[in-house]
Amino acid sequence: MTVFVLYFASLKDRTGLGRESVDLPEGATVAELWETLTHRHPGLAGFTARPLVACDKAYAAWDTRLDGVSEVAFLPPFSGG
Amino acid sequence: MIRLQTEPIVIDELVAAVRGDGDGAVATFLGTVRNANAGRRVLYLEYEAYGGMAEREMEAIAAEVVLRHGVSRVAIVHRTGRLEIGEASVGIAVSARHRAEAFDAARDVIDTLKRTVPIWKREHFEDGAVWVGEGA
Repeated sequence: MTVFVLYFASLKDRTGLGRESVDLPEGATVAELWETLTHRHPGLAGFTARPLVACDKAYAAWDTRLDGVSEVAFLPPFSGG
Repeated sequence: MIRLQTEPIVIDELVAAVRGDGDGAVATFLGTVRNANAGRRVLYLEYEAYGGMAEREMEAIAAEVVLRHGVSRVAIVHRTGRLEIGEASVGIAVSARHRAEAFDAARDVIDTLKRTVPIWKREHFEDGAVWVGEGA
């Protein structure tokens, strides 16, 4: 299955990308996706805390299975306002 | 009225969006760009938002605040892109029958927005730039 991954703010700087598509085994979780991404982008490894995650624009847990999810966004600490 | 926009915020538009004949109060809040942070001179700010999700979370805040404080209507507008010193980055208006709940609700909106809405700000200094809250 393929998911579309979005990066924002400092995570965009760390990967050098705003978005990319990633192929994953069926049943893969958010945590497994992150693991894949940290190998692809060494800059992500320096991100100490796990960022918040949104699946299809709604907050999701790290053990969420990605079947049926099209868009996964990793969200560094917010600073709006 | 809940939206992200690149254009300057006009507070009168938010007031017009929330006011009603049964209301005795409209409380407004504008967050503005400061010229310094932690002793460093800030030249300008840059805001980035997760479009679609940010509006969804702002809608959720408005709905919760109406229930929690018993106010009439809530408007929230947040800027994205480059903002100069003194410009408003966020505008909030809350209408209510009485002032106390209007003030309380407006404060609740901005406090919650900072925690739950996917928006990020980068401070630009003379010698570089930093995403606020992460130091990267």
